[in-house]
Amino acid sequence: MSEKKLPMMESENPTNGSNGEVPPPPREVDVSAFRLIGTLTLAGAVAGIAIVIAFKWANPKIQAYNAKVLSAAVTNVLGGATRYQTVYLDNGKLTPTPPDTAGLDRVYVGYDKAGKPTGVAMENAEPGFQDVIDLLFGYDPSTGDVIGMKVLTSNETPGLGARITSDSAFVKQFDDVAAPLVGVKEGQGKGKKDEVVMITGSTISSRAVIKIINDRIDAIKKPVDAYWSTIAGSVTTASGGAPSSGGSGTSAGGNKE
Amino acid sequence: MRKTTPQEDLLRGVWRENPVLVQLLGMCPTLAVTGSVANALTMGIATFFVLLGSSIMVSAVKSVIPKEVRISAYVLIIATFVQIADFVTHAVVPEIHKSLGPFVPLIVVNCIILGRQEAFSSRNTVWRSTLDATGTGLGFIITMMLMGSVRELLGNGSWLGYSVFGAHFQPWIIMILPPGGFFTLGFILLGLAWWTGRKHVPVRPRRWPHGVTTEVGGAV
Repeated sequence: MSEKKLPMMESENPTNGSNGEVPPPPREVDVSAFRLIGTLTLAGAVAGIAIVIAFKWANPKIQAYNAKVLSAAVTNVLGGATRYQTVYLDNGKLTPTPPDTAGLDRVYVGYDKAGKPTGVAMENAEPGFQDVIDLLFGYDPSTGDVIGMKVLTSNETPGLGARITSDSAFVKQFDDVAAPLVGVKEGQGKGKKDEVVMITGSTISSRAVIKIINDRIDAIKKPVDAYWSTIAGSVTTASGGAPSSGGSGTSAGGNKE
Repeated sequence: MRKTTPQEDLLRGVWRENPVLVQLLGMCPTLAVTGSVANALTMGIATFFVLLGSSIMVSAVKSVIPKEVRISAYVLIIATFVQIADFVTHAVVPEIHKSLGPFVPLIVVNCIILGRQEAFSSRNTVWRSTLDATGTGLGFIITMMLMGSVRELLGNGSWLGYSVFGAHFQPWIIMILPPGGFFTLGFILLGLAWWTGRKHVPVRPRRWPHGVTTEVGGAV
């Protein structure tokens, strides 16, 4: 039934398009509103089913990938951690088992093989030079040092700002630096423990990274320190021979998430 | 009125009516995601999939869709395939999906796809629409690869992540930045115009029997 429209198709070819003949206007056929609505409704329903099937197939894979990336990033910024536990900020206090985890701020406490906490990994995102920089960093509350940093998402200028991700010398500085961090220009450092030498040509991005880390520590230092003293205390008693079910038990539970 | 052969349906989109280089459609992804070969290839394949799926679907159901709502129906079909492509790229190549950002969902508004539905699939059989979509999709992939290769080679000294020029190569950062997309496309179009133009032999205007003047080739 669409064969009668075939000639119009050929008119897209510029060589035989304008032959002076104007095609007769199509006959006015009244299509009932019911048919129009029915067609679109049916098409929408079929489209919906197709999308849901695709989503059901893809979602577990996407979730698994996200979990893998987070886990790799957390162990990366926490040095010797072999597993981690998600801890939620509920009413100004950190707890691994809040009544409802939805929408709560969270940090990740890393533990080494012996069940000893190695540090706290936290995520924070703030504007960089071009777009928001999202990064994860490790913090050791017992010394007040930052012990690792990894940029998760950034859209900084390739070759300039993007070096906050790729410049290993810059990233390595965050493996052991005292918080709050202070950014210094290259060659102007005095060798202090809290200095981070910024990348020449990427000052804004470097400064943003430092600010993101400082802001986050500033905002959450109190609950983190409080939580740290409870788990560090439980480990000291555990290392004396008492069952370490308190620390490792909860962390194993947290690991399943 | 000349009817096209299956070969023409297939090959037309690859080169002679290449969607990007000749029809100048789909500029947005061509400029935006060709900073690396991997991105360009993923984008090309995703667009190819959406184009092929939509063309088959549209040509199959064209007779039951009233013309009053055909654009809405086409967009719905295209959007469904785009959503599926988005899920699949996210699940299969998550790193590249992340760097493509919003451009996979934006395939919905790629005018190559809606253009083929309106101009071809809605008027032809499933078989011919499949050929046409395959050709056009291949043409798009080829162009994306061309853009991506030039930009990654010059801008990063590598091809598909493998270093080509060695450690001493100073990359032209600008080529993987947005201006590099315009430069590359501009030079490719310039080269193409030269290539097609050089084959034009100036022809003297001929006088047709009924007195109409044509300017075949003489204008160049």
